[in-house]
Amino acid sequence: MPNLPLSILAVFLPLSLVTIGGGQSAIADMHRQIVDVHHWLSAAQFVDAFAIARLAPGPGSLLATLIGWQIAGFWGALAATVGIFGPTAFLIYGVAHIWSRYEGARLLRALEKGLRPVAAGMILAASYVLIQSLDGGWLARGTALVSTALLMLTPVNPLLLIASGAGCFVGLHMLALI
Amino acid sequence: MPDALAERPSALQLFLIFARIGLTSFGGGLSGWMLREFVQRRRLMSEEDFLNGLSIAQALPGVNVTNMAIWIGYKLGGRGGAIACWLGIVVPAAIVIVLLGTAFAWLGNYAVTHVALGGAASAAIGLSLAMGLTAARRVPRRVFPLAIMAATFFAVAILKWPLLWTVLGAGSLSVAVTYYRG
Repeated sequence: MPNLPLSILAVFLPLSLVTIGGGQSAIADMHRQIVDVHHWLSAAQFVDAFAIARLAPGPGSLLATLIGWQIAGFWGALAATVGIFGPTAFLIYGVAHIWSRYEGARLLRALEKGLRPVAAGMILAASYVLIQSLDGGWLARGTALVSTALLMLTPVNPLLLIASGAGCFVGLHMLALI
Repeated sequence: MPDALAERPSALQLFLIFARIGLTSFGGGLSGWMLREFVQRRRLMSEEDFLNGLSIAQALPGVNVTNMAIWIGYKLGGRGGAIACWLGIVVPAAIVIVLLGTAFAWLGNYAVTHVALGGAASAAIGLSLAMGLTAARRVPRRVFPLAIMAATFFAVAILKWPLLWTVLGAGSLSVAVTYYRG
């Protein structure tokens, strides 16, 4: 397919504008389009990419860059990066530009408060979709829930937690338990 | 202004500051870091300017960190500053993630790699779920916002509707109602 990078761009451009409250919220839809609609990656590959993106430094939305790279190499990575970051970059640039002229306080408050439930619903949906794509059954699901509880109740370092998840699974694998 | 602000940095300096922030940030918590770097340590902008930018960065779509980079870059260096900060936060980290992905692809021949990534992903989903629950906790306990949250979840997770239309619909309805309530 000669226009693969363009198709990737077309998938990520609109997704950019729905990343409210951070890239997490778009993951459910990324999964739907990449895995279910276009069959560019399998569900397992998508979850692997998600794990790598979480281990890597920088904005979480670089998941898009990694996915673009895996589908179509350099041009795929470029298309996905420009797609996921481009539109919102212009948006905030425009707002920064006109901010000094308008007293936007009330609209800003409405935006922030009004989008809160939408963002919460989207992030919960993303978690649901990701949990469904995990293979590893109840062990994997249980790990996800334990990790959630630890993050909410203790000041644990997220990177350490992810590394422990990997270590746990490898340990169990070596003991031939999974 | 009580505290004189320091001299404005060049585009290259802005690029380097954000490259460092991008490469040393794991798993979020960046706004506190930026506040320390730009307001408290380097005195490049006032706290009020910074906090205004932060609430806009959070309200608008887009990754908070990249939005914040553009906001700070624009304040400190106009168009060139915005571009430099944006490149700084995205490009070096993008290169690292591609290298990391390539390394894992090589290691992918070993079954244990997939097992390890499975464990990492299970724990990492906790980050997503914890963030979702925290966000849900901040939703006001009233019928309308809770209904919007539930409808968004149902449309995206169960019905698998395209996110763009779901968000445009639920988002504009919710923002409009919030705005007219004052």
